[in-house]
Amino acid sequence: MNLYLLAVVLVMSSGFPGIFLRRWGGEVSAVLMSLGAVIGLTAAIRVLAGGPVATLALPPAPLASAGLLTLDPIAAFFALPVFLLLACAAIYGIGYWDNHQENARTLRLALGLLAASLAFLIVSTHALPFLLGWEGMAITAFILVMTEDRLPETRRAGWIYLVCTHTGTLALFGVFAILFAASGHWTFSGLPQGFAASGRGTALFVLCLFGFGFKAGVMPLHFWLPPAHAAAPSHISSVMSGVMIKMGILGLVRLLSWIPDPPFWWGAVLMALGALSGILGVAFALGQHDLKRLLAYHSIENIGIILLGLGLGTLGKSTGHPVIQVLGFAGALLHVLNHSLFKGLLFLGAGSVVHTVGTRDLERMGGLGRRMPWTSAAFLAGSWAICGLPPLNGFVSEWFIYLGSFRALGFFRWPWSLVVLTSLALIGALAMACFAKAYGTVFQGSPRTEAAGAAHESPRSMLVPMGILAGACATIGLAPMLVAPALDRVVAAMGEGTQVQPLSRLAHLPSLSLLALALLGSAYLLWRWLRPLDSRRSLPTWDCGYAAANPRMQYTASSFADGLVGGLRWVLWPRAHGGKVTGCFPVDQPFESHVPDLVLDRLADPAFRSLATGATLLRFFQGGKVHIYLLYVLLTLLTLLLWMVA
Amino acid sequence: MSQPLLPLSIQWAVHLLTLLLLPPLIPGLINKVKAVMAGRNGPPVFQLYYDLGKLAHKRAVFSRTTTWVFLAGPIGTVAAGLVAGLLVPFGHTGTPLSFEGDVILFAYLFGLARFLTVLSALDTGSSFEGMGAAREVAFSALAEPALFLGFAALAKASSSLSLSTMLLGSGLGSGRIAGPLILVLVGWAIVFLAENARIPVDDPNTHLELTMIHEVMVLDHSGRPLALVLYGASLKLLVLGAMLMDPLLPRAPQAWQNWLIFYGGLGVLAVAVGLVESMSARFRMTKVPQFLIAGILASAFAFLLLLV
Repeated sequence: MNLYLLAVVLVMSSGFPGIFLRRWGGEVSAVLMSLGAVIGLTAAIRVLAGGPVATLALPPAPLASAGLLTLDPIAAFFALPVFLLLACAAIYGIGYWDNHQENARTLRLALGLLAASLAFLIVSTHALPFLLGWEGMAITAFILVMTEDRLPETRRAGWIYLVCTHTGTLALFGVFAILFAASGHWTFSGLPQGFAASGRGTALFVLCLFGFGFKAGVMPLHFWLPPAHAAAPSHISSVMSGVMIKMGILGLVRLLSWIPDPPFWWGAVLMALGALSGILGVAFALGQHDLKRLLAYHSIENIGIILLGLGLGTLGKSTGHPVIQVLGFAGALLHVLNHSLFKGLLFLGAGSVVHTVGTRDLERMGGLGRRMPWTSAAFLAGSWAICGLPPLNGFVSEWFIYLGSFRALGFFRWPWSLVVLTSLALIGALAMACFAKAYGTVFQGSPRTEAAGAAHESPRSMLVPMGILAGACATIGLAPMLVAPALDRVVAAMGEGTQVQPLSRLAHLPSLSLLALALLGSAYLLWRWLRPLDSRRSLPTWDCGYAAANPRMQYTASSFADGLVGGLRWVLWPRAHGGKVTGCFPVDQPFESHVPDLVLDRLADPAFRSLATGATLLRFFQGGKVHIYLLYVLLTLLTLLLWMVA
Repeated sequence: MSQPLLPLSIQWAVHLLTLLLLPPLIPGLINKVKAVMAGRNGPPVFQLYYDLGKLAHKRAVFSRTTTWVFLAGPIGTVAAGLVAGLLVPFGHTGTPLSFEGDVILFAYLFGLARFLTVLSALDTGSSFEGMGAAREVAFSALAEPALFLGFAALAKASSSLSLSTMLLGSGLGSGRIAGPLILVLVGWAIVFLAENARIPVDDPNTHLELTMIHEVMVLDHSGRPLALVLYGASLKLLVLGAMLMDPLLPRAPQAWQNWLIFYGGLGVLAVAVGLVESMSARFRMTKVPQFLIAGILASAFAFLLLLV
């Protein structure tokens, strides 16, 4: 525990020296952050490897109950992505957001504070530190989103985020009030049998879904997420998407660990929300032209996959099928880790691209693969992993969930897990389409603009973090046995009676790893066979005999996704303007299409706008004229007088 | 579960040899059937072997826009096809590798092959190849649920998650399973035609690039990479064909008989594909989703039948 607290202090202080330094601020912050991360990871891995669970209590009476802070397996598991990704983000920040850029010092300071809040939050097992950490995280993240606060778009995104996060916190106050009423103290502890089925249990679940779901970006509470992720600097987006939204999942995991007997419908609701977020998340991602908004919608999709796993595990727990419980929870938890690795990687890659091209618009990129080979390879690795394709890590976590849901088909009379199965298959196929679109338009073909043509590879300080994350993705994908024992401990901490078989045997991880190696081996042999490339390189693309093809003739991101967006028209409601060609000799026509967010642009925004319009009607009564106000006073007094007499 | 009918090593060797050497024969057979149906002599059955041999000695041409990803498509297709071929049983002859859940890996390996092929197509920057890639990913989004619903139905029927038990499980012959099984196979037949870019979804021999799906994605490949593309496509025919046929194949007492039954089944499948291609026209592109949704519905009904 002391080691862990030292890590928290180190990461918290990482931004301070930079305030006073004219140069080297980024480097100092990165060194402190990495040092803290190494120490924190050591502490976490010790617990995950079976070491003792450490707790901390403070002397003052109200806080004296043991377990103010606890580094249990759940906390330790969530600490892995937090420390890893924050260290990567800090190193990346050296090159990405150097001292010359606006708010660089604030940014580093807030990043350190965010890291400390996150690290503090995950070990909190008491309402007070939990809420402290939660608010610390919310506010520092707000400051980070607002880094480029001269842009109106950023200010709007930050504002929406702030409102949403505090609405969520409000629900958490309710959560802890119910917990206190049920258990009589503020520390996190198991709830009694039968509580979950009671009315208060239902209220607790609904409030948790609302409060934690807001943070996690579960549909339909996701709408703050795409603008905030797009507006923040990319390494901040990677931290927000990779770890911050996972704190919502942490909350749900904690909730499930308190409940010995979750009702069946909890699992069904989690699964339904998961399917909704997963499918709609990827569907909306398909319609985006903004690289970072696209990635943000994929975060919603992956939260959906995590919820599918959690829901499946809850079903298993409520019906007493430990195998399903273990596979569902393990899949969800591993996906938490995996998603932070590959989504962190993708956002850093996107940052590299945005840094050199200067735009987030997919249609203005192209051909970057030849100009920035390392970034391109890293982004490809991230895309590969996020589509859940073997042999990278995304496949392993989806594999657990698939296995669980296939097994569950035989256990229940009604095929609840069929929802999980078909949603996962559909999400996988759509995610592949979306990342083919993103990778294809950004890195392949030829540059569509001059800026894209002049792109250059990022400095090493930005490439190294991407390399670390890609390496982690490959390691988990090729040797999932390494994380399986840790997952076993975390899943055991989420509920008793889950000692079935070790995950490694249950999910046939050695066979998986063997086949992954077979895949790599055969790919290597084939590559060797292609190697004596006595080839000609200076030729144009074939293009069916047309030799003067220019970059504007390439397939664009919008055209690539058009078929699918058209097929999903009934939920995406894409908007298109212009492009109508009339007459025998048509003139140039502009064409524009975009997919607005269903909740923010179609529901929340109009609703609040009409509320504001409605509120202006009240101005009639508050016209700023003193004699009218005096009239109000007089009328009120008269009314009161009449009321008293009567 | 079948007791080992041959020493394991021989079984492995025959499986591997079949997997490596047999695939190019299948397109040859299909083309022969099509030619005979059209009243032509057609190319020899072994044409694809000759083509591959020729391509292996040819120099490759690369567009100046391409990167190493361009090669990942052909390599990934073949590598994924080979690994998937280790998981699928070739009739009742025993599978080299089989474990609970291999069916998921099997499906995702084809996903991997598709992803890399699509990226390889986009690497050229050609709008034709972009068009093909866009169609491929759109249609696969419909083929994937059909495939998985079929797996779910068979998993429910056989209470197993391993491809060899699911496809060959002894329970599949019984009357209760027969109805759902037929529906699953109908759904999978649609997936099979779509995944392998056959008529009525896609026409491998059309002359018009605008109407192609799969063929247009590999326009820029030449030499050895093209050889891998062609070989990978035939490998996919073999592996998915084995998956489609397995539940229908009878079980013989002797190993060599089982192998003969499998080869015979493959021949019948190739003839059937040839006949479908000879007798039907390619759908309009807008009709393809409806065809694939029919596949989803067939698999979904199969699952529903199992519940009652």
